[in-house]
Amino acid sequence: MQLTLEFGGGLELLCDSVKIHNVNVEPQAEGKKLTMKHLLSWVRTNLIKERPEMFMKGDTVRPGVLVLVNDCDWELSGQLETVLEEKDAVVFISTLHGG
Amino acid sequence: MASEVVDATAAKPRGGRFCTVCNDRRPALKRPKTLEQICKECFYAVFEDEIHRVIVDNHLFKPGERIAIGASGGKDSTVLAYVLSELNIRHGYGLDLFLLSIDEGITGYRDDSLETVKRNEIQYGLPLKVVSYKELYGWTMDEIVKLIGLKNNCTFCGVFRRQALDRGAALLKVDKLVTGHNADDIAETVLLNILRGDIARLSRCTSITTGEDGPIPRCKPFKYTYEKEIVMYAYFKRLDYFSTECIYSPNAYRGFAREFIKDLERIRPRAILDIIKSGEDFRISTSTKMPEQGNCERCGYISSQKWCKACVLLEGLNRGLPKLGIGRTRGLNNESNKDMKETNGTKGLQSKQCGTLDF
Ligand SMILES: [Zn+2]
Ligand SMILES: [Zn+2]
Ligand SMILES: [Zn+2]
Repeated sequence: MQLTLEFGGGLELLCDSVKIHNVNVEPQAEGKKLTMKHLLSWVRTNLIKERPEMFMKGDTVRPGVLVLVNDCDWELSGQLETVLEEKDAVVFISTLHGG
Repeated sequence: MASEVVDATAAKPRGGRFCTVCNDRRPALKRPKTLEQICKECFYAVFEDEIHRVIVDNHLFKPGERIAIGASGGKDSTVLAYVLSELNIRHGYGLDLFLLSIDEGITGYRDDSLETVKRNEIQYGLPLKVVSYKELYGWTMDEIVKLIGLKNNCTFCGVFRRQALDRGAALLKVDKLVTGHNADDIAETVLLNILRGDIARLSRCTSITTGEDGPIPRCKPFKYTYEKEIVMYAYFKRLDYFSTECIYSPNAYRGFAREFIKDLERIRPRAILDIIKSGEDFRISTSTKMPEQGNCERCGYISSQKWCKACVLLEGLNRGLPKLGIGRTRGLNNESNKDMKETNGTKGLQSKQCGTLDF
């Protein structure tokens, strides 16, 4: 499944200073839906190159990291349970860097 | 498939509900303060309007005043500059707005963030003044760090920046200085002051305006504005800000307080406003002696001691004794002011550091 992932607010520094990543992520199992929960662990394994604790805490994003799915706050779409679809755009922004 | 002709954003009904304000468009975010689900347009309106209300209700400005916006290039001050210039026009505040930036002389950090501020100068049409540590003190932060190492550099950064902002404001001949401190910053500072037992700072840190007795009053129009909303606003409006940490910054203690606040916010978003309220409701007991304000004998800056903190630190740097003035043993002032009682207000020197707090 093609997704566009964007990292901002300093999070891009954790993935080689690249802000936008066009990626291909498959659901955990055949016939299953791809959820944000799975995407997060995929990102952690495949894109985050350093200090993963700046991005995640437990199985979700670190408090203070905002997530938008198709420009909509993921708190409105079920957070970890949000189901992703082909060509979705997911944005991660840290609120923790600088003033 | 029909969905292919519709653009991806519009085609995804996530949650399926409508904005609780206009009941017309799809919500784009959940407000931490109210838990309302609102659309972008209604968000811009309530976000800007709340700040306008804070400005009006607290009489932050008078018509004709010259106002400097402490601009670091980061999210808070960038959004503040944008919103303030919008509100100034929309509501006819009659203010002359300026951007004021401090160049600490940190290669690769302040260079880049100053570039952001210079773009903001053009984007928002606000005149920019940059004052540097080098011109004010004869030292850049890079040079100071080379001499003292990374351990206490934030003492210098914090003390110098505070004074540099005042000096820059004086050069601009402004009536007030506004900073981008947001609700999260203030809640964090309340918590830190409680943890340190710093009652003098605790009672001051929630004031929306401070330093009215000093050279230039400072105020915080974002006192009740959540960091999440500031970042969402900047993101939706595509505002241009800089977001790399100060390379000399990390303060572990403050970091923990920050993380604790964010953890609380996740469980109960109102916690941030509640902590600010707690800070406001603390009263100073009469047994706590507040420091008396005078002027530094050397540079004239406000100081409760013979010399101001910046002058003590500078003396140390220039004499090759950079530890002078760091922590609780106050070298020069101790010699000359043996009878001067240590008060809570003077003890926070070591903990005052760079990062989000002073800008
Ligand atoms: Zn609406
Ligand atoms: Zn002085
Ligand atoms: Zn610093």
